[in-house]
Amino acid sequence: MTTDLSAPARRGTTTAGRGNSPRPPFGVSAVSVLAVLIALFSLVPLGYVAYMTVATGWDTAVGLILRPRVGELLLNTLLLMAATIPLCLLLGVAGAWLVERTKLRGHRVWAVLLAAPLAVPAFVNSYAWVTAVPSLGGLGSGILISTLSYFPLVYIPAAATLSRLDPAIEQSAAALGLGAWRTFFRVVLPQLRIAMTGGALLVGLHLLAEYGAFAMIRFDTFTTAIMTQYQSTFNGAAGNMLASVLVLFCLLLLLAEVRSRGTARYARIGSGVQGKALRLPLHAYQWPAQLFLLALTALAFGLPLFYVIRWILAGGADIWTASEFLPALLTTFSYGLAGAAATTVVAFPMAYLAVRHPGWFSKSLELSNYVTSSMPGIVVALAFVTVSIRLVPGVYQTAGLLVAAYVLLFIPRALVNLRAGLAQAPKELDEAAQALGKPPLLAFIRVTLRLTAPAAAGGAALVFLAIANELTATLLLSPNGTRTLATEFWSKSSEIDYAGAAPYALLMILLSAPMTYLLFQQSKKVAGQ
Amino acid sequence: MKIRNSALAGIALAATAALGLTACGGGTPSGNSSSAAASNGGASDGITVYNAQHESLTKEWVDAFTAETGIKVTMRQGSDTELSNQIIQEGQASPADVFLTENSPAMTQVENAGLFADVDKDTLAQVPAELAPSTGKWTGIAARSTVLVYNKTKLTEDQLPKSMLDLANPEWKGKWAASPTGADFQAIVSALLELKGEAATEEWLKGMKENSKAYKGNSTAMKAVNAGEVDAALIYHYYYYGDQAKTGENSSNVTPYYFKNQDPGAFLSVSGGGVLKSSKNAAAAQQFLKFITGKKGQEVLKNGTSFEYAIGSEVPANDKLVPIKDLQAPKVDAAKLNSEKVTDLMTQAGLL
Repeated sequence: MTTDLSAPARRGTTTAGRGNSPRPPFGVSAVSVLAVLIALFSLVPLGYVAYMTVATGWDTAVGLILRPRVGELLLNTLLLMAATIPLCLLLGVAGAWLVERTKLRGHRVWAVLLAAPLAVPAFVNSYAWVTAVPSLGGLGSGILISTLSYFPLVYIPAAATLSRLDPAIEQSAAALGLGAWRTFFRVVLPQLRIAMTGGALLVGLHLLAEYGAFAMIRFDTFTTAIMTQYQSTFNGAAGNMLASVLVLFCLLLLLAEVRSRGTARYARIGSGVQGKALRLPLHAYQWPAQLFLLALTALAFGLPLFYVIRWILAGGADIWTASEFLPALLTTFSYGLAGAAATTVVAFPMAYLAVRHPGWFSKSLELSNYVTSSMPGIVVALAFVTVSIRLVPGVYQTAGLLVAAYVLLFIPRALVNLRAGLAQAPKELDEAAQALGKPPLLAFIRVTLRLTAPAAAGGAALVFLAIANELTATLLLSPNGTRTLATEFWSKSSEIDYAGAAPYALLMILLSAPMTYLLFQQSKKVAGQ
Repeated sequence: MKIRNSALAGIALAATAALGLTACGGGTPSGNSSSAAASNGGASDGITVYNAQHESLTKEWVDAFTAETGIKVTMRQGSDTELSNQIIQEGQASPADVFLTENSPAMTQVENAGLFADVDKDTLAQVPAELAPSTGKWTGIAARSTVLVYNKTKLTEDQLPKSMLDLANPEWKGKWAASPTGADFQAIVSALLELKGEAATEEWLKGMKENSKAYKGNSTAMKAVNAGEVDAALIYHYYYYGDQAKTGENSSNVTPYYFKNQDPGAFLSVSGGGVLKSSKNAAAAQQFLKFITGKKGQEVLKNGTSFEYAIGSEVPANDKLVPIKDLQAPKVDAAKLNSEKVTDLMTQAGLL
């Protein structure tokens, strides 16, 4: 799934302007060829779903789609999104506003703590909550757990945007007699539109893709039902039809986001230096605000951490001596590294075209990647399993195929960061180096690649985070005998061996924490452009 | 100049990409590449087991087998029908040497696809004929009995159903649980289908959709019974005995109830094992199957923590269990159980 947190940057700033050729010299540039190949490859899962829908035959497909069970899943999924997305927006924006724009005591600490729940994979959160309240189940619990897991996806971009908003407009509003509340709703909130629609899209896509968290609390969505069908029939028509409905959902969500993003311009115009943001005094609201943030972080981060540690203590020293433990950590680590490296390399041509040769061509290439990465891991994995068995059996069940799936699923994370990095490395520098006598290749490596390195590292870290916690694609595609932290955690917790699962949960949190912090820092930098 | 520029940049990128991809293709240290290297490169013949049995049980078998023979075993974990369908799709290219299941319908499916080799005669001789298919294409390796576990603080003995079929009646609405996505439950349905026919099965599944709560996994369903979320759950016997042998924290309020009287709910399900025709290590694969149905393998069932029934080499069941002969299980030919029909019926009933 995409956790494309720097999304506002992609949407808010145009990276165009430097290149004077409007499109790449088609057919000549090797970059274009590479980018086209990658884009075509990324369309394999979509093509597979379409092919299977056609191959199933109209009557069977209709029979499988128009049945009461699909209605139930549709209702579950819609209600889940209808409740969770607004809740995440409310919590995310309220948190961001308190942290960035009020005289909240300890706002620096709160700023980090509100991002912290992102380091807890949703299925670990679910596991902790099921321990705390064993009877959890159904829609209400789904809303509770996904809201607590995903509100940082809104909070992080909202906080980044708020910290960079030009206070001049608010000052004008105040000067014209608008009260604090009305200023917020009429001036501040509209400027958060990009952060909010972007965050809402991410939350929505996560809700569509989540499997482990919902399976644990017996809440069925399309993704859990596809997984169920997969386990019963491996590649049956019913599972594939559910997948096609789910893909349609993802596309609708992407479209809705594009539409609600609007076309208004949000960037600051004019010369001069932006003033420092104002902080409103909280007065009597100081304590309620502190309590609200305390409750939120306690439920979203404190509770899972508490129960994971409690299970670890209950399990004693024995659980740490398990022989599977170290291999799982090493495997997770190497898949994370390999996946992050491959994704960054593959994203480079795409980012290069988007920045140096913007236009319809690079735009459509990019879009094909977003479509694929909006699809849940289970659908991409199903496509890869089937296509590889039939067409390229040599790569079936290899580490390479799994890494390729990771690349497709997580490419936007690398892309967004690389674009920002490339935009800051003007090609004039490259040309200057050549003029000074460096061969073009060397100039490119010495100048452009070097300047992009920090951004590439940031993107790679995000991809690593995603891979470390990925479950469904790993379950389906991994080579025989492979065990990752996520799959081990899942197999133990499914057998209600909660103590045995706890160390894996803790390790996933520990691996994720530094990446989440990096992400938080990175989003502020990107929002400033 | 510009064209040349970007073309060169492209070459540089292509080179970097190629380097990156080969580096990760060759250098990804996964569990597989290391074990594959060990199995192909070493003198010992490693085998790959597609395992739908409980991971912990098969691991006990594997560890004992490797200790005795030095043959390495790589496991791929999955559910019965997931793996059977996967083997069928993989066909001749399947990396699997041995297939182990929890129940028999998935074995029959692979057998019908013509993918099993004959099981060695020595192995077949170790298992009673009624717990293996007449074709000899696979064999039983263990067995499990259907049971209704109920919460003794919520139900008394006289409130229990006479037959599993009663659970479809309105008085059981909201009161019982199952794990419909699991192969275990699907095997029970396949037995019902074989014993009572399609119409009765459809009717019963409709009642089940109406009455039951779905949990993921038998242990989770039992945990819910224990916590009082539901009154009873239709699962297999050993989840109860396994939990009792540990801390009992998920079964302290739970009692198992056996339907007996040849009821569909008294179904004894046979776990299967077979060797694939496409196996490149057929000898080692046959040896593994012989080992688990042999005395040592079956003693893992008797003395271990799985609490599944030992069936081969005259090893008796674990002392804590009701002996097989007292279960009064209905006679069902394992080779006739049909998993595809069952998943279709369950999909139609809205359970999947």
